[in-house]
Amino acid sequence: MTESKTLIHLENVFFAYPDGRAVLNNLQFDFYKNDKIGLMGANGTGKTTLFHVIMGLRKPDKGSITLFGKPVSKEKHFAKVRHRIGLLFQDADDQLFCPTVLEDVTFGPLNLGLSKKEATRIAKETLTSLGLAGYEERITHKLSGGEKRMVSLATVLAMKPEALLLDEPTTGLDDQTKARLTEVLQVLDISRIVISHDFDFLSKVTEGVYLMEDGKIITDADIHVHQHVHAHAHGAHRHEHK
Amino acid sequence: MINEPFAAGTSIIHKLGPRYRIVIAVLYAFIVAVSYQFPVLILSLCISAIMAVCAQLNFRALVQRLLLVNVFILFFWIVLPLTGGGDIQFYVGPLPVYKNGILMSARITLKSNAILLSLISLIATMPFSVAGQALHALKVSDKIVHLLLISYRYIFVLEQEYRRLITAARIRGFKAGNNIHTLKTVAYLAGMLLVRAVRRAERVHQAMLCRGFKGKYYCLASFKPSYGNWIFTTFMAIIIICLAVMEWGNI
Repeated sequence: MTESKTLIHLENVFFAYPDGRAVLNNLQFDFYKNDKIGLMGANGTGKTTLFHVIMGLRKPDKGSITLFGKPVSKEKHFAKVRHRIGLLFQDADDQLFCPTVLEDVTFGPLNLGLSKKEATRIAKETLTSLGLAGYEERITHKLSGGEKRMVSLATVLAMKPEALLLDEPTTGLDDQTKARLTEVLQVLDISRIVISHDFDFLSKVTEGVYLMEDGKIITDADIHVHQHVHAHAHGAHRHEHK
Repeated sequence: MINEPFAAGTSIIHKLGPRYRIVIAVLYAFIVAVSYQFPVLILSLCISAIMAVCAQLNFRALVQRLLLVNVFILFFWIVLPLTGGGDIQFYVGPLPVYKNGILMSARITLKSNAILLSLISLIATMPFSVAGQALHALKVSDKIVHLLLISYRYIFVLEQEYRRLITAARIRGFKAGNNIHTLKTVAYLAGMLLVRAVRRAERVHQAMLCRGFKGKYYCLASFKPSYGNWIFTTFMAIIIICLAVMEWGNI
């Protein structure tokens, strides 16, 4: 792959919590256009932190980050490119902060400088494409958990991101909503990294699964072993990564 | 559960423009608050009651709200007549009851109920989000409007978290009592709630940054003009002027 198609490049990234616990430990990571990657790993291995470091929400202690071919280190660098990556938060309540669904979905496009009319059009299109037509005037805090998750996805997609970072998108969803989300993600042709503990889901919406362990991303040979482990009937339930 | 019992409805007041209702409610509340004479106060209570009837408010919910406020007012009735000074009206046992205090308590009661009724009828009858948009349209500072809207949005989440904590305490056998253990538990609860609120605020801010937030807020609402709004505004303006004339016009 050529360098220009590298969307995200992390080099020697270290991140530790204030209590000294290292979460990202000399992490190397390259994410290319059209990659669809699943990311698994035990709790506390730094998957969410990785996403936050990529988005510039947390500053790594050491290491360099390159987004879309440009090195980013300060908030103003991140502010310029952040909208090109869509991060779906673990908790939809964090993401939906406007009173109504329409206001929430238009929030991103309006921040990008689109007119109200244009933003509303994009929002309605996005909602319709997710099967949420007619939700515009609904009050966000009154939505069900599944609806909240889908609307959160709409708020992210309305910004037309070039890459998606989905942080445990199936947590707390019933089978029906999970199936809908899976369907939507299968149709969407956007590069993505998906954190999940659900191997079945990952196998449907991504093309390869990486493992996160000891603050590093384990790729290549390990992945094949991993996929093999999960090839048996109870793959979705057994998650031993060691 | 926190709710908005009056927000939905099809009454004549629900149909009026939110901006007009807010302006009138503020002016009306102001004039009632500064009025002193009993005829004016009694008349305004009647006008407020008429508004409440027009808004077709849920009677039970309305009484509940009024009761809450009037419990506080009850304390005025206990304290003021005994400490009001001036002429003594009568004695309760050895305690003198002052006329001034009784009048003052009566005024407070009339005013509070009149204002409360009018605010419930005019403002509580719109969804909070609409009120926020109307304030924005009335050129209230963006920051204040969004502070209100975001507080409104997250008060429900905080309530949920509060309930989770309470339930967690209860299922482990916690019973509130008059002892140190209760105080300590309640303090932990309040502390946890605060920590969670701060964490939540951080995450919401992060989510806003991720969606390109640069410190500027946008408001989508546009309000349709209608004749009804002007009829209502003119009518209420006349009433407010009449109240003012009655109060200060030496009629």
